[in-house]
Amino acid sequence: MERLIAPLEFDLAKLPLTEMNRFLHQELDDGDTRTVTVVNPDGAHNIAVGLNQPVKIEIHGHAGYYAGGMNKHAHVTIHGSAGTGVAENMMSGTVHVKGFASNGAGATAHGGLLVIDGDAGLRCGISLKGADIVVGGSVGSFSGFMAQAGRMVICGDAGDALGDSLYEAVIYIKGEPKSLGADAQFEPMTDADVEALAGLLDRAGLDHDPKSFRRIASARQLYHWNADANQEY
Amino acid sequence: MDIKSIPIKRLSTEESATFDRSTIDYIQKAAAHGLYEIRGLGAKRQLPHFDDLLFLAGSLSRYPLEGYREKCVTKTVLGTRFAKKPIELAIPITVAGMSFGALSANVKESLGRAATELGTTTTTGDGGMTPEERNSSKTLVYQCLPSRYGFNPDDVRRADAIEVVIGQGAKPGGGGMLLGQKVNPRVAKMRTLPQGVDQRSACRHPDWTGPDDLAIKIQELRELTDWEKPIYVKVGATRVFNDVKLAVHAGADVVVVDGMQGGTAATQTCYIEHIGIPTLAAVRQAVDALEDLNMKGKVQLIVSGGIRSGADVAKALALGADAVAIGQGILVALGCNSETYVQNGEHHSALEGYDALGTAPGFCHHCHTGKCPVGVTTQDSVLEQRLQPDVGSRRVRNYLKTLNMELTTIARACGKQNVHHLEREDLVALTLEAAAMARVPLAGTNWIPGFGGR
Repeated sequence: MERLIAPLEFDLAKLPLTEMNRFLHQELDDGDTRTVTVVNPDGAHNIAVGLNQPVKIEIHGHAGYYAGGMNKHAHVTIHGSAGTGVAENMMSGTVHVKGFASNGAGATAHGGLLVIDGDAGLRCGISLKGADIVVGGSVGSFSGFMAQAGRMVICGDAGDALGDSLYEAVIYIKGEPKSLGADAQFEPMTDADVEALAGLLDRAGLDHDPKSFRRIASARQLYHWNADANQEY
Repeated sequence: MDIKSIPIKRLSTEESATFDRSTIDYIQKAAAHGLYEIRGLGAKRQLPHFDDLLFLAGSLSRYPLEGYREKCVTKTVLGTRFAKKPIELAIPITVAGMSFGALSANVKESLGRAATELGTTTTTGDGGMTPEERNSSKTLVYQCLPSRYGFNPDDVRRADAIEVVIGQGAKPGGGGMLLGQKVNPRVAKMRTLPQGVDQRSACRHPDWTGPDDLAIKIQELRELTDWEKPIYVKVGATRVFNDVKLAVHAGADVVVVDGMQGGTAATQTCYIEHIGIPTLAAVRQAVDALEDLNMKGKVQLIVSGGIRSGADVAKALALGADAVAIGQGILVALGCNSETYVQNGEHHSALEGYDALGTAPGFCHHCHTGKCPVGVTTQDSVLEQRLQPDVGSRRVRNYLKTLNMELTTIARACGKQNVHHLEREDLVALTLEAAAMARVPLAGTNWIPGFGGR
């Protein structure tokens, strides 16, 4: 029982990353909710990938590529910025980036919540498959590209081609997208949208009026081949 | 003597080489539909291939082994570079990656059972991993594709190896495709897509771009699996020499090179016939790349794309491949393009089904329609019953067994106690093209075009 509550600290300046990841995969008990502190991450790639227990991971510093990648159950906080593909393919749990995130944040994530306090780079939420993403700042071009399911909240602006080739994912944006992508369209906000958005903002700890957001979803014109539509197939 | 002219009505039948009947048909289809053609299987055009190579077997200058009884090892180990648990195959012939979605669950189960019996692997596809496949296939390779449909860490952990797919021979540069009629409720759920949607998957990975990123992505998969599982990188054959080198630099344990004869369940015909290079040219370039890096034997090479027979396997191995992967050959073994399907031990005619598709056995490439008359490439609840796992697994097992027997008997004739001892020295070419591509001498000469000799 004592082991369950004993806090853990990994200093990546001293311990190889592979050792820490192996420990987190193999040495935690089922349902382990300990807090694990990671110091001196120094931008290392693949920190805390493939977690499978509801531990709390506090990373003090910047993380490289794929931090919290394919996460299940764990709650990862990065007290710094994150490189490409943070929380890529996450299944459940949460990943919270206190700084900025690079390209492909939350790519293909199936579940869980990714919060980025700052801005996110290109292709945020690309091929999203059911997770929720809340970005406190702005996102780069081609965000939400081919997003299939899930919700994406953008409190700032977006680059070009927002929501290009969207499937069933929904994007809420407060600012302005530079342009919408193929088949993406603005739609009226329903009460259900406002309620869902309020819940997401609340979970992300961000104070915005949900009514000040607009909804973007798929016009569903690219779902089937259509010889008569002059599309750039 | 009077010569009477007999009136003969001459029929003018001079066919144009440029505008032959199939070209006319293509143009008129385009004019009627305003859309490019999409179809299944691989390149149908004539290409330099393994048929254009011959073996020089044992004689006076080389010593053959007795064809049936003497030992000839086929064991093949893949993933020895970094993985703690390399894959050990009993035969150097694997089942190529084909998706659940393109194929039915019955087919996936058939493949798994046959592969397990023969000690080889099957590979998942764009549709993710099904329990049918995981349970039936003892050694399963799990693909990480651009679409990431159904991709999840539990299946990564359940897999025996992971294959990062950059491209496939039928369509290098193109993404997957599954037309709406095959996206039934189960397929839709596995892929997180609306049912019946025409699914065109991405051609680039969502979370990395370029070889330097790929190195980090591979490292992520290694970290996630605690460095246990081999990581394959699969490329469609284009700039093979460079691509193989980059895959090795990125940290691949195994490189899979798929030539342009490789099949697909659905792709634009203009990709299938006009993009990529033949398998014969690709295998030689891939081996050159490994030799150039001094990585031959450290990074294994799997070759695929139009491998049909044991002779094809033997030639691929002699050129330097460690193993082959077979897709279409296996579909044909299952009954693809057969006139009949078997139900409870009895053959039934499938001709009506081909007719409805506007084709006939021997010509069918209508995998994209999902209406496979023999139940192989379908998600239709009635049609899929036409291929029963018992029949399917027996056919695939027999086919793979035959190939392995042919492979070993050829190897023995060449005097090899191990199929991996087959070498380029054992081969000559029948055509200039094959000699130049495979860089083996034209039969009866020492001449390799571009490399001297006479």
